[in-house]
Amino acid sequence: MEKDSGISKKADEFLQIFKRGEEFTKDLIKENERLRYRIAQLEESVEKAGNEERTRLYEDRIKMLEDEINSLLERYRKTEEENKDFASKYVEVEAENNMLANLYVASYQLHSTLDFNEVLRIVIEIIINLIGAEKFAIFLMDDKMNELLPAASEGLSLNEIPKVKMGDAIIGKVAKEGESYFQENISTADASEVNPAKPIVCIPLKIKEHVIGVISIYSLLVQKTAFSNIDYELFNLLAGHAATAIFSSRLYTQSERKLTTIQSFLDLLKEKPRR
Amino acid sequence: MPNILVVEDSPTMRQLISFAIKRIPESRIIEATDGVDALKKLSSEKIDIILADINMPIMDGLKLVSLVRGNPSYKNIPIIMITTEGAEEDKKKALAIGANAYLTKPIQTQELMKLVNSLIS
Repeated sequence: MEKDSGISKKADEFLQIFKRGEEFTKDLIKENERLRYRIAQLEESVEKAGNEERTRLYEDRIKMLEDEINSLLERYRKTEEENKDFASKYVEVEAENNMLANLYVASYQLHSTLDFNEVLRIVIEIIINLIGAEKFAIFLMDDKMNELLPAASEGLSLNEIPKVKMGDAIIGKVAKEGESYFQENISTADASEVNPAKPIVCIPLKIKEHVIGVISIYSLLVQKTAFSNIDYELFNLLAGHAATAIFSSRLYTQSERKLTTIQSFLDLLKEKPRR
Repeated sequence: MPNILVVEDSPTMRQLISFAIKRIPESRIIEATDGVDALKKLSSEKIDIILADINMPIMDGLKLVSLVRGNPSYKNIPIIMITTEGAEEDKKKALAIGANAYLTKPIQTQELMKLVNSLIS
């Protein structure tokens, strides 16, 4: 009996220990669940925080790249503007270069000879090739008769061109006043109907204020529809340089002729036998 | 080093054309006063391009073009016509017989340079 009560007491003790163990295990399971939940919460918040950080980083980088793109676009725009500026300056320089080349060649050729007919031929070449005139005439002043006589022409024969009294019609007025004449609308000029008294352009050939002749243009080449700056510069050059070239070559040719005559006389005198 | 043959009877135009194209680096300009003179230069020099006027004494530019195109030694040389003849039919005629390009006077030197550069490159 005593032995039975001892076993029952031990069994109660064991049950109590087992119950405590069970409670402890339950507590552990509860705590474990709580901690797992907490870990899940923390993981979620960490992940969330990481995404936000990354988003902020990406946003910053996007902003930085956008700024960079804007600055590059601005630089591109400025460079493009500069390029346009350079291109227009290049065109200007080329046009200027073209003009200077024309003026240099015209001036060089005009003063390349002292032969009167050669000078007239060069003036004609310049008017055809550099200005683009089709029909024109060069008048020279006859100071004794006070009239302009046609000395050379292109596109029409010299016989078709009448001499002009100083002050008469457009050509005479240009010679008298020493001012160039330009018809208002040159594109309307008809090359097939040329009136020698009605030029479309008339340029006085002047040495200082003294007019020695006139260039009278009646029509232009088909492709020449308007005058440009270079044409006006060439007209100015012809007005001065062609005048001096024509004048000096004429004087030179006359003096050469006189010199030859005098030389012939001297030769004759030398050859005359002594008595 | 391109050898450029300028065929022009007018000394003024010869000088202007030469003045413009000598800006092409290392170019050498050979001048001829008409078609016959040009053929002589072609036989004695290696020419890379010809710039020729149409209206010239002795032999005009169109005759020169047809002779150059008919000669196996010269037929591939590019030819630019530079002329006062501005009518469309003149241009068509010159291109039909073998000219590569057609420029009317008065010339723009930059336009000529551009053409020469494009044909020799």
